[in-house]
This record gives sequence, structure tokens and C-alpha cells, in this order.
Amino acid sequence: MRKTLILGAAAIALAVSGCAKRTPPPAEVPPAEQGPTGPGGEQVAPGDVELTELPAQQADMVAKAGSDTVYFGTDEYQLDESAKATLAAQGRWLLANPNVRASIEGHCDERGTREYNMALGERRANAARDFLASQGVPASRLLVTSWGKERPVAAGSNEEAWAQNRRAVTVLVR
Amino acid sequence: MRSTSKTAIFSALLLATAAAAQEPPPVEVDIVGGGVKSAIAIAVPAMPGGPVGRDISQVIASDLRSTGLFNPIGPGGISSYPQEQAAAPVFAEWRSAGASALITGYVDTRPDGRMTVACYLHDVTAGRALGNQGFSVTASDWRRAAHKCADLAYSRLSGQGAFLDTRVVYVAESGPRTNRLKRIAIMDSDGSNHRYLTAGKATVTMPRFSPRGDRLVYTGTLARKPRVFVLDIASGRERLLVPGGAITFAPRFSPDGRRVIFSWANAGNTDIYVVDADGGTPRRLTSAPGADTSPSYSPDGRSIVFESDRSGTQQLYVMGADGSGQRRISFGGGRYASPVWSPRGDLIAFTRIAGSFNIGVMSSSGGGARILTNGWQDEGPSWAPNGQFVMFNRLARGGGSTLYAVPIDGGPARRMPTPQDGSDPSWSPLQS
Repeated sequence: MRKTLILGAAAIALAVSGCAKRTPPPAEVPPAEQGPTGPGGEQVAPGDVELTELPAQQADMVAKAGSDTVYFGTDEYQLDESAKATLAAQGRWLLANPNVRASIEGHCDERGTREYNMALGERRANAARDFLASQGVPASRLLVTSWGKERPVAAGSNEEAWAQNRRAVTVLVR
Repeated sequence: MRSTSKTAIFSALLLATAAAAQEPPPVEVDIVGGGVKSAIAIAVPAMPGGPVGRDISQVIASDLRSTGLFNPIGPGGISSYPQEQAAAPVFAEWRSAGASALITGYVDTRPDGRMTVACYLHDVTAGRALGNQGFSVTASDWRRAAHKCADLAYSRLSGQGAFLDTRVVYVAESGPRTNRLKRIAIMDSDGSNHRYLTAGKATVTMPRFSPRGDRLVYTGTLARKPRVFVLDIASGRERLLVPGGAITFAPRFSPDGRRVIFSWANAGNTDIYVVDADGGTPRRLTSAPGADTSPSYSPDGRSIVFESDRSGTQQLYVMGADGSGQRRISFGGGRYASPVWSPRGDLIAFTRIAGSFNIGVMSSSGGGARILTNGWQDEGPSWAPNGQFVMFNRLARGGGSTLYAVPIDGGPARRMPTPQDGSDPSWSPLQS
């Protein structure tokens, strides 16, 4: 369990105190997903500590900004006017709520190969992140990731479902 | 947990029979480019030596049927034989059963629990022995002796390398598409000895074997990002390959197992890097604007094939292992992705996107591309160690993902037996 997170301005050194995750003993039971910590709570690299979602703040941002999600054309990562308007509203919310970070998360539809979709998701998230940064949100508060095609919100194999899955979601995290 | 037992192979010493070194078989095998003309009728009666003898013969028959080259007869419906006939069968009986080839053997169980399995291959038409081997295994590893025996028959009669004594690692999938449970699973290539290697909490994709089959690299999730992990199969211990919040994915081992190549996405660009498998500073190999991913080493370790959309669409490129000399090799219609270099070095398997997604092979210089499958969305090829079969995942429109294997010289794709849906298969090297 983490007790304290000390956030510096730029380079962030995170000290994990309290109960650190242990490497499970070799056994039939598959190991828990883990970061590079030893049993003694040694230093974890920046970016390798698990993030916590913030559902209450997320709901507030959606209510005030209109949406936490922007959408993309097939095989594209450019922001259209509607996406920019949504992101501008998110940016205003983030500037008004400085105590949270945002993980900008890119997703793809199933009509691409798996590795390429990981890259395309990152392009989409990066485009959204760049726009938020251009709105004045500090870079240190903006994380970028890609889920490729692994986390669709719509299950069908049709144009409607694919359009819903080509998206970048702004997920508030601590 | 299955121990990494060694299967000792001793040729001809154990078995009192004709010399082990045999000439190429006279049994007719019509493999004309594009498909097998006639499958070999091979009898596989139950081996004497208790119930395990029959089980071994059943596995041998199933293995041989799975190659697409054989019509096995038995073990059901045909009689067994006394142990002394294993080395000297009554060929006339097998001819009248319609067989042109025959596998016999026997099982000796020792007091310490280890088993010796003898395996004999015969040309029934010509009435002579074609080869034999003996295998020493722990009792719980009896299946490996069966796979080794099937490999003996397959490789001797087809002229191809062995591939049946192998494992498959893949992503087992279940649940609704919008909340999919994904776990890395490992099994024998006939579906036996199936177990899960991860718990399913994190999204996992793209597991690939190390060259000795003892480790995996795969793409897991940490802090909401795709991250490459190195996992030791026997112990279950795993390690982050590149610390520090890097978005890393699509990993593969080098042929000597000492390095891992992978993709790293940053600031809207994805490039290929290489790093020591034990960790260290990654070295960048590509830097073109675009998505460079799915790298795969040639078997001599000197070249890497990868996909890149630097030209505007996904295409295949080859470069030196140091990143030099990057050149495009795919020029047919459509887009090309997920290339994998054959263990024989002669071909590159890929996914071609042209409306549907299908698996194909081309020469390592890019010519002679042939499409092998006809599904709606087939992708993610992985080679059998003999370079004759390619496993891949097939997504059904509106349905789930399943694993298939297809021969490269024509013939239907065959469904791999998995308990649930599956994707991202990786075929192990031949086990020793």
C-alpha cells in the first residue's frame, strides 16, 4: 500500500512506503501483475506506479465539459471541430481543477491489426493531449496511453460500433 | 507444474532391428506444389505395454492426422500385437488392412516410474523397416514420447522437419467483447496440458516464446499503459523489460535469446528498439515518422522484418539487425502487416489487408506472395519450427477469436483445440 506520494515539479521520484507488493513464490498460481518493486519497497521508476481512477471527479468533468470522449475517422488521428470543442471544454475543467491528472487514452476499432492499433491509439491520444496542452494544461498533468483495439465500448462488427470504438478518452487519475 | 524433463533419444542402440540409418522412404508421397494429392494410409495399432500404450498410439494417430498428410488407421478398430512383433511385423496383415505404412512400438515401465517408449516406422508396401527411436520419459510425460514418435514418422515420410513435439502460448479470451477477460495460456500443440500463466486482471496480448522455449515476452499493462514483460515459464517470475512509463509492445526475442526487439510509442510516433533481454538501455533502430512495429528477426539474427506506414500505408520492410539498410519488400495490392520470419529463413508470413484480412507468405526478398487463408479477419501469424505450417487467429464477424493452423503448401486451415476463444498464438521451438 502506498502511504504518501510526493509530487515534484518535473522529475518525480516516488517513494513507495508501507506494504510494497511482493513477488509471489513460484507456484501453479499465476503471479499478480506487478511493477518493478522488490519486497523491501525499493524505489519505483516514474510512470510505473499504478494509477487510481477518480469516478466522482470524472462524473463532474463529464457533466460540465459535456463528454470525456472524442471520436476519429477510420485509420485517422486528426481532431475534427467537434473533438476540439469537447477537448477545449475538458481543458477548461482541468484548469479549474488542478489537483487531478488526466490519462488520455486512445482506442481503435477491430478493423486493424493488433500491433498497428496500439500505435494508432497512441497517435490519437497524443493528438488529444497536444490539444489540451495547447489550452494551457501543464504537460506534467497529462499522461498518454493506448489500448489499441483491446477495450471496445461497442460490441458489434459494423460501422456504428466501429465508429464508437475509434476514440480518445480523458480519464482522471491520481 | 510440469517439470522440464528431458526426453533422451537413443537411436537404434536399444532396439534389436535393422540398422537405424535408413534411406529415404519408398512410400509414395504426392506433394505437388499446391496440395497433397493423396494422404498416406498409416496403421497405428495400440502399442503393447498397458493402457498407456493405447493412449500413446491414439496421440500418434491424432498428431499424424493433424498434419494433413496422413489417413491414420487405428488404434480403434484394429488389433494390437505382441511386443516381439514391434520390430518384425507381419506385413501381409497390414497390407490387407489397407495400410502403406505402419507404426509399432512398446512401452516398458520401470520401477522408478520412468518409461521407455520404443517407436518403429515401417514401409508396409515394400515390407521393410524405415527407422526407429527409443524415448525415455517420466510417466507424466508420456505424451512427449508419442509426439516424438509421430515426428519420426512425419519427418521420415514427408521429408520435412519435425514439429509435433511443441507447445503453443496464446491469449485465452472469454466474456463479452466489451469486458473481455484475457489471460496468457500455454498448452501442447494438440491442446493437452493446458494451463493459464496470468490471472486476467491486466490486459495481455502478443505472447512470444524465447528460442529455448523457457521464457515468454508479452505485452501486459502497468499504470494503464501497454508494457513489455519477460516471464520465466517454469517459475512464473516476471520482469518489466523497460521501466519508466514507456509505452512498449510487440516484443520478440532474438534467435540467440539474448535480446528483445519491440515497439516504443512516444509523442505520436512508434519506432523499433532493441534491448538486452536481461535489461539495460534500449537502442533505437528506426526513426522514420510513422508507426514502425511488429519486428521479427531472421533465423540467423542478422536481419529484421517489420511493418511501417511511413509510405502512407502499412507495408513490410527489412533492415539489418543494427537498423541499417531499411528497404520495403511488399509491393502487391493492399496493406501488409504483422510479418514473421520463417525459422527456415526462406519465407516471411504476414497479414494482408485488402478488404478482408488474410494470412500469406512471401519470399524474404518480397517476391512470390501467396495468400493461404480465406477468413474475414485472419491475422497474427506464427511459424511452426519446421517452417511448414503457420498458426494464426481468426476473428469471426460479430463473433469471437479462435486459433487455426494452415500448411504453407496448400490445404485447409485446421482449428486448434482451445477451451475458450483464443488469439495471438506463438508456436514454440521443437522441444528437446
